Order: sequence, then C-alpha cells, then structure tokens
Amino acid sequence: MSERKIRVLVAKPGLDGHDRGAKVVARALRDAGMEVIYTGLRQTPEMVAEAALQEDVDVIGLSILSGAHMALVPRVLELLKANGQEHVRVFLGGIIPDEDVSRLMEIGVVGIYGPGTLTEDIIRDVRQAVLGEPAS
Amino acid sequence: MSLTDSVLSGERLALARLLSQIENDKPSGQEALGELFAHTGRAHYIGVTGAPGTGKSSLVNRLAHFYRQPPPGESPFKVAIVAVDPSSPFTGGAILGDRVRMRDLSGDPGVFIRSMAARGSLGGLAPTTASMAQVFDAAGFEIILIETVGAGQAEVDIARLAHTTIVVEAPGLGDEIQAIKAGILEIADVLVVNKADRPGVENTERALRTMLELAHPAPRVFRHHGTFQSIPQGEPTADEDLWVPPILRTVATEGDGVPELAAAIARHRDHLEKSGEWQDRDRARLVAELDMLLQGKLVERWRQGVSDLQYQQIIDSLVARQISPHQAVNELLDGGQES
Repeated sequence: MSERKIRVLVAKPGLDGHDRGAKVVARALRDAGMEVIYTGLRQTPEMVAEAALQEDVDVIGLSILSGAHMALVPRVLELLKANGQEHVRVFLGGIIPDEDVSRLMEIGVVGIYGPGTLTEDIIRDVRQAVLGEPAS
Repeated sequence: MSLTDSVLSGERLALARLLSQIENDKPSGQEALGELFAHTGRAHYIGVTGAPGTGKSSLVNRLAHFYRQPPPGESPFKVAIVAVDPSSPFTGGAILGDRVRMRDLSGDPGVFIRSMAARGSLGGLAPTTASMAQVFDAAGFEIILIETVGAGQAEVDIARLAHTTIVVEAPGLGDEIQAIKAGILEIADVLVVNKADRPGVENTERALRTMLELAHPAPRVFRHHGTFQSIPQGEPTADEDLWVPPILRTVATEGDGVPELAAAIARHRDHLEKSGEWQDRDRARLVAELDMLLQGKLVERWRQGVSDLQYQQIIDSLVARQISPHQAVNELLDGGQES
C-alpha cells in the first residue's frame, strides 16, 4: 500500500564531538523521505549495533572525525554479523585517509564520504543500496 | 521456529523484525499479532506526553532506569519504550531523536527501545503504536513506556492507549499552560513539573493546581486538600473511586523526584485495579482500536468499488465549487453503492 520507508541510524561512535556533519546528513536524508534515528555523540560500537537491532534499520551512517575509524568500523561490522544483521548497509562519513578507504570497503562498508560530498550523492547511494534503484 | 514463537521466547532480532512488519502494515505482521494477542493484557502501559522540550525523553529514560534498578527488596521489571516523533507532512521523512536522551539504557537486555515516526497520524501517536505496544506486551515486557510526539492541545490519543497518562510540564511555559489546559490537562493521571530546578516552578505548579480544582467536582477538591472531615462519615462515598491527579516535581536530568513519580504511577495502577477501571479502560481501548481499524478497512473496501474517473470528476466539481464537500460525500457514497 505505502511505499517502502527506508530507516537509517545515524551515529557518532568514538570520542570526537563534531556532530555538525552527522546532523546535516540526517537532515538531508529526512528531506529525502527517510526515517532517521539519530543517536548522538560518543556511541560505542556496542551501542550502535544494539540500536540498529532494536530499530531494525536498513542502513547505518557512521560519522567519525577522530581518526579511530580503523578500530571502530570493523568492530561495528563484526557486531552486526554476530547479531544476524549482516544485511544492514554501513556508510561512513568523516576524515578518512585514502589508504584506509579501500581496506574499509573491502570489509564491507558500502560508501565513504569526505568533506565536500553532495548530500544528493549520499541519498542516491543509500536508495540504491536499499532499494536496488539504478544509479542515474 | 515461527516468528511468533521466536518473539515469545525473547529473541530480540525476531521482535525487531515483527515490529517492522507491523509498522509497515504487512499481512504477515497482522497474522503474527493475531497469534500473539492472547498473550497480551498483562503489561502496564504508561503514556508520557507534553509540549516539545519539556523533557519527556529524559524522564522516560530515568523511569526506565528506576524500573530496572528498583529499591532493594523489589524486583526489576522488563521495560519497553516506544518513542514517537513527527513525520514531515511534505516528504514523509522524520528525525527520530529520542534515543539521544536514553543512551545510558544501552547494554541492558531488560530494556528494548523502539523509535517510530508518526506517519501522518495527528493524535500524537503513530497509526500502529497500539499494535507495537501489544507485541511488547506479548513478548513479556511488564512496563511499556509510550512517549508521544511533542504535544500541543489535541494530541490526546495516548489517553485511549495508556493505562496511566503522565503529562509533563516545565516552568516558563506559562502562556502555553493557558493554551493547553482544555485539552491535555484533562487526560493527565499524573502531572509532572519537570525542570523543577528552574525559576518559576511555583507559578507553574500553582497554575496546574488551580486548573485541576476547576476541572474536578467538589468532592475531589476536598480530597485534594486533605479535608476529609467535610465528607459525612459512614456514607458510601463514590469519592473512593475518584482519582485526583497528583502534581509532582522532577529534575529528569538529575533523577530528582523519579522515585516519587514511580510511586504515584504504582498508586494509580492500584487505583485502576481496585476501582475496576483497569478493565473499563482496557475495554474502551479495544473498542477505540476496533473502530479505527474498521473505518480504515471500510474506506479501503468502498474505494475499490469506485472508479478513479468518477472520483476525479467529483473532485473536479468540488474544486469548481459546483458541489460542497458534503454533497461530494453523498454522491460518492451513492455511486459506491450502485457499482
């Protein structure tokens, strides 16, 4: 009857307090008609995975500017798998050095976005990842 | 193992999935709810409502904490939280931000938090909030805290769903108190003045008390002031059955006043059970739900019998002011019956 609603968890794992980017993305996804669960700052990977499970989200958007992404992201992916939620698509935003990008994509991150990314690109990628819509 | 069996045995992923199926109106979800329904009717549904920014989420967080770690000698309850936030009327999107205030409940297997978008519903809850609460009920959660969208005047659906409705106020909303007194105060079983460490708390409390005294019949006012002697002794007092909403002060961020709030909620539950109101409310809730579902289904079924062309023609005449909305309804219904 109604169209499929995409549910997204936007979280900031780790200790940096810069959540402007996460909020901009959350707002953009909202304006694209998605339901965005915003969890706020200083989440542990365990908290992220637990929220993703309870909320049964399709997508997780992680924002990390602290440089701890190589520790935090693999742990989140591990926990998702352990919870039976390997279908959840994980996106990452923040300051991620090039050499880490390929490694993170290898272990299952669907998209990684740095400064200057257009929100339209993120929306398109999320839609495509969840609904399988072709990228235009 | 079927989805319902998994939910009944406490599997959290199955529970989360079923909640989604119900939220998205999937036939599989309705079927599962049918199987689970016999297991419902045990939990205490506690509604938390109030204007945006009064601290509903923080209060829900503290209450959940209290139920998980009660005073020595009492056993903890399993707590489910259903938190509703508004959907955009234009895009249908939503930011569900209530978890931000509930972060310290993380890691506790006796707590399950689910955020919902209101999805076009105007009464402060989402269309499927009641069904979701029933699933938690069946899954063995004993306390179900239901947080409404930030409410103004008319978002009173929560009173139909909850056994106990808490209305949260905060100091400094004086004008708003004047504005909301007709709608939301009436549904309060417990009134909370949160942020009670802020200036103006006495004024807020006084305004609420004044409204309560105006809103209730005389015997309650007597009870309210504790002057029982003015009620003739030995007479069978219907007054026994009356509940006077207490007004409590809390500072949710610090947890102040939360044990007292929990005690008031427990007293209200007691009152409901002793007065028979528990059953009355249960019945009223189910009737309201039945009516709502029936209306939706009837409209849907009727709509299938009307051609899009006819529907469009009626709308065109309506927009051209050739017929009034009432006449349009009559024409559509007659047309629907004929086809």
